Amino acid sequence: MVSSSGSLGNGFEPKILVFACNWCSYAGADLAGVSRLQMPANCRVIRVMCSARVRPEFVVKALSKGLDGVLVLGCHPGDCHYSEGNYFTRRRGLLLRKLLQYVGIEPERFQVRWVSASEGVKFAETVEQVTEQIKALGPKRPRSEVLPTEPGDS
Amino acid sequence: MPKTRVGVFVCHCGNNIGGVVRVPDVVEYARTLPNVTYAEDNLYTCSEEGLSSIKDQIAKEGLNRIVVASCTPRTHEPLFKKACEEAGLNKYLFEFVNIREHCSWVHMHDPAMATQKAKELVRMGVAKAVHLEPQEEFESDVFPAALVIGGGVAGMSAALALANQGIQVHLVEREQELGGLIRGVQTLFPTEQDTDELLRPLAERVKAHPQISVFLGSEVESVSGFIGDFDVSVRTDGEVEGLRVGTIVVATGAEELKPVGLYRYGELPNVVTQLEFEEQFKSGGDVPRSVAIINCVGARIPQRTYCGRFCCATAIKNAIWMMERDPEARVYVLHRDVMAYGVEIEEFYQRAMELGVRFLRYDVESPPEVLGEDRAKAVKVQHQLMGKEVTLPVDMVVLTTPLVARDDNGKLSKMLKVPLGSEGFFLEAHLKLRPIEFSTDGVYVCGAARYPSNIPESVSQAYAAAAKASIPIREGLVRVEAITAVCDERTCSACGNCVEACPFGAVELQQGRFGRTAYVNTALCKGCGCCVAACPSGAMQQRGFSDRQVLSMIGALAEEMTVGVE
Repeated sequence: MVSSSGSLGNGFEPKILVFACNWCSYAGADLAGVSRLQMPANCRVIRVMCSARVRPEFVVKALSKGLDGVLVLGCHPGDCHYSEGNYFTRRRGLLLRKLLQYVGIEPERFQVRWVSASEGVKFAETVEQVTEQIKALGPKRPRSEVLPTEPGDS
Repeated sequence: MPKTRVGVFVCHCGNNIGGVVRVPDVVEYARTLPNVTYAEDNLYTCSEEGLSSIKDQIAKEGLNRIVVASCTPRTHEPLFKKACEEAGLNKYLFEFVNIREHCSWVHMHDPAMATQKAKELVRMGVAKAVHLEPQEEFESDVFPAALVIGGGVAGMSAALALANQGIQVHLVEREQELGGLIRGVQTLFPTEQDTDELLRPLAERVKAHPQISVFLGSEVESVSGFIGDFDVSVRTDGEVEGLRVGTIVVATGAEELKPVGLYRYGELPNVVTQLEFEEQFKSGGDVPRSVAIINCVGARIPQRTYCGRFCCATAIKNAIWMMERDPEARVYVLHRDVMAYGVEIEEFYQRAMELGVRFLRYDVESPPEVLGEDRAKAVKVQHQLMGKEVTLPVDMVVLTTPLVARDDNGKLSKMLKVPLGSEGFFLEAHLKLRPIEFSTDGVYVCGAARYPSNIPESVSQAYAAAAKASIPIREGLVRVEAITAVCDERTCSACGNCVEACPFGAVELQQGRFGRTAYVNTALCKGCGCCVAACPSGAMQQRGFSDRQVLSMIGALAEEMTVGVE
């Protein structure tokens, strides 16, 4: 069994893909950099104009191709540069987590968070938290191990 | 079609990247990537030398994709794109990779990991670059008028600077009078001139200027549109007027912190703020003989970490004013440090000491205490230099508080789609490189709306903002970044998801060559990509962020990504 945390999981370093919106979260990442906030090196950022550009397919492809987690960062609700893009992100995110669960991927491997342009600290903290959470999940497991067996299933 | 030839330029950024990331290794690695035919490192790719090198190699090596791995695209992207353009390469064939903010600055203690990550990011950038396509920018006209929000010193200065160039300016002020916060200030440091001497002529010039229309008692109610063509509604006494402008300057200022609950402010009548002191006494009231001024009230504390910047100067100004009126007066300034920056304010500080103002340093851990039943009678303070507690009999306590952001900045920031910083002030695009601009094109900021700034600073910022705001108007047209959505009519099934997803009404279903399909109005599209992610058939794509481009980055990452030492 894969250890979910602590001593047995020590060697596992997850690979995480981050989508950051140009206006808030990518600027937050810039601020984290300018402030020299040190953070785990597990994340790779792709800049998109809006978090709503992230097609669910991107997340599924990333996870199926071997990455351990995907984090989508956008402006706080109400602050979207495009007025309502992040509301799409939020709704899609909820649905996508259900889909992931259905196909046997822990939904925690996909996360949506809000980071504003002034939140360099929050960016660094989010990277750290999400890295820890996915580290705790361990490497991806076979579908049969993740899917809950329901009564009546043979 | 010519073979794809990618050139990769990796920047040391002096020591900023090169001090952590092993840049030559990244260059070596880049040379091994598919389609990369040239790679080099530069001390500063953004320098004249680096830019020339990009241009030279485009010609010499026949490069048709350029990848620069350096800092954030949010500052230098236009510069590198321009270099490509000058070398005859469509600027949309350029891709930016950030190995400074994402590598060297945030993994400073792990050069091996930072280098590995830089290689992977370059790999992703190259993978995307291969699929980049040349784009044509959409040009749109700029309506030749500007909006200035806020009629204080900053706003008036900006309005005049714009209007003097012949640009029509609409100046919107919430109060019934121009002047802003300093209307309540009697004299200005360090010249000690009457505020009116500065304010009155300025306001007169603004009101008399044929190119400026002033809206008093008015507020901006809504803003829509984009650079070159903003539609603004201004409400005055219940009446709403629509304005059309090309650019917008935010000069809404800030307000003085009312330190309720601190040093018994709000409880004792003779504990006042600096602004209240000016309003009460400098306009003719009897000045008390013994006054303690407490600095850094509500500033440089965990809840409000910033320094108010000129509050020390304000305290010194009012202390001098009291001493000059009554040389027998006892004026104490209780401070944590005196921030008398620059030549003039330092001299001003010296003069205060010569006049007999007593400066006492207190410790934030044991702050002064205001004593008295129904009036402040004394201030007890631990004297840092003497190392003992002293009690100063006083007739009045003046609290020096910082400027704080206006409560409704949030409302305006949402209207204009510009960000606020953690303290609620407007946040510029870049502290050093773009200090009076927002990332949102066509919107600029000056004065205390950005952070506490004194009069000379506000005026310089106003001139800078006005200069920036006049550029698009004088050029007459703006080019809109070609990151708009585009529909492939052959694969579109006209489901209409995109129409519903678009926040700007830019997508419509129309009858075309391939029957009824989605059609994007480029003039209205802002390039968010909402419609692209909503398209079930992949017909809708975003220029510069196509599915193919993003998926190729994901693929490049998944193939190669390494974390931690194996």
